[in-house]
Amino acid sequence: MTEIDAVSPMQSSASPDFDAIVVGAGPAGSAAALVLARAGKRVCMLERGPFPGSKNMYGGVVYGRILDTLIPQWWLEAPVQRWVTRRGTVIMTETQSLTVDFRTTAWGELPYNGATTFRPDFDSWLAGHATTAGAVLVASTTAIGLLRDASGRVIGVRTDRPDGDLTAPVVIACDGVNSFLAKEAGLYPRAVPENFTLGAKEVLALPREEIEKRFGLTGNEGADFEIVGCTKGIAGGGFIYTNLESVAVGVVLSVTELAAAKVRPEELIADLKRHPMVAPLVAGGELKEYSAHLIPEGGYDMMPELACDGMVIAGDAAAMCLAAGLWLEGVNFAIGSGQAAGEAAIEALDARDTSAKGLAGYRRRLDDNFVLADHRKLRRAPELLMSSRMQTTYPSLMCNLAEGMFTVTNPTPKKGALALGWRELRRAKVKFRHLAHDLYTTARTFG
Amino acid sequence: MSEADRQIHSLSSPAVDDLRAAAPSRPIWADVSFEDRMGLVEFRVGTRAHITVDGDSCRGCTTKACVTACPANLFVPTSDGGIVFNYEQCFECGTCYMVCNTEGAIHWTYPDGGNGVVFHRS
Repeated sequence: MTEIDAVSPMQSSASPDFDAIVVGAGPAGSAAALVLARAGKRVCMLERGPFPGSKNMYGGVVYGRILDTLIPQWWLEAPVQRWVTRRGTVIMTETQSLTVDFRTTAWGELPYNGATTFRPDFDSWLAGHATTAGAVLVASTTAIGLLRDASGRVIGVRTDRPDGDLTAPVVIACDGVNSFLAKEAGLYPRAVPENFTLGAKEVLALPREEIEKRFGLTGNEGADFEIVGCTKGIAGGGFIYTNLESVAVGVVLSVTELAAAKVRPEELIADLKRHPMVAPLVAGGELKEYSAHLIPEGGYDMMPELACDGMVIAGDAAAMCLAAGLWLEGVNFAIGSGQAAGEAAIEALDARDTSAKGLAGYRRRLDDNFVLADHRKLRRAPELLMSSRMQTTYPSLMCNLAEGMFTVTNPTPKKGALALGWRELRRAKVKFRHLAHDLYTTARTFG
Repeated sequence: MSEADRQIHSLSSPAVDDLRAAAPSRPIWADVSFEDRMGLVEFRVGTRAHITVDGDSCRGCTTKACVTACPANLFVPTSDGGIVFNYEQCFECGTCYMVCNTEGAIHWTYPDGGNGVVFHRS
């Protein structure tokens, strides 16, 4: 294999336009561009929306630990709505709910844990750091394809601007869940619909004091509830979280099961809002915005190849979103992968080898930090959690068990917890071997 | 919205609880129309349609999954078994081509730079 050296930016006529082109100014792209610009590389960040974050929405919380090294004291300036100090994990049926309601004052203090934010605010803020460091942000510009040399190596991107070809020794594709660039490069041969969910969300305005009263919060404390069992048997879940002066409520739905169920996403949000646990939290809220986005939920086993000659992919484009039931994280994985992509690109540029081999430091970095370690550890989670037993049977069983435990049946004497457990297992028609299998898989996945 | 709904809509949470207890079957949420829902979202509409649909494929399609799955409700079945669509109020999520059961029947790209959905800042 012949390797073409990266062209030095100092070379004159044949010189590429930039050292690196980052496609997409979301969290992955901005982290990559920030790292490259700080190292003195000439970086261009393309953003198809009018500003970074304008195309982006999510299901609630940014976990900021990954920012500690990138932007010291980020908490002083990040556009945070509320610091999540209350985290509820909710199991529900149409008429019941069972919540593990955790709260800690620690998450409302330095160094903080998770924050709610609006993505147009947050993504613009992070992109601002990249441009301050020297990256060039070109917004309202869509990358419509890859430029390649005769050997097939990626040498830049074609944009939808007149004379809009841009060249660089390395392209970092952070173009989101639908990544057309990763597909064009052959890294992501075919998207398998079963690996994707649709998130649909409503932002409901309520007075600040009313939110604090309903959710039991003070100051800039926030709450985040993740819910299973609220999607009419469609694999997925629901969420409610607090902004400063609004509450976001939404559902996440397997796209294939949504299609088969012939239900509309907003109807499922409406049902969730009518649920007796949710209704008092959202009642009277004025709809400010409705939004939707795909989520790559397949985890480790759906990840594409991460690099080819002249290009790496990061963030949702590389399916880095972690949807593992107890843990639902994406922005931090995008930032972590973008940072690693930027560092690997610097290494490759300095070694004058931006071939797939020269960019191998990207994969190595991800393997060494949380991004791929967490994904590898939780690789069985998506399949386990999207199964009908986890989605419907067990939530109903757990709620019925709780109802059995706490319903006073005088004058009939109380049944023991074990007797109730057996009764509910029989009622739910759960086969013992399935239960054993699920418990074992759960222990293996989360243990 | 009926007067009763309006009252329920404006009540604070303990009062809503009482009301629910009194009439548990009554939905307390008076939802907005789909048109109003989409009217709250900003779309900068370009002249080029970034979605195209192959009508012949649609007429032979038995599932028409795009019709219910699209969160923006952009795909509408016609009386002759086809699909009409509009691209103007698209979230650019990609659900339609993911659920389409005929390879290539829905051709989907990003809108031209600067166009399409613009989600709100805080």
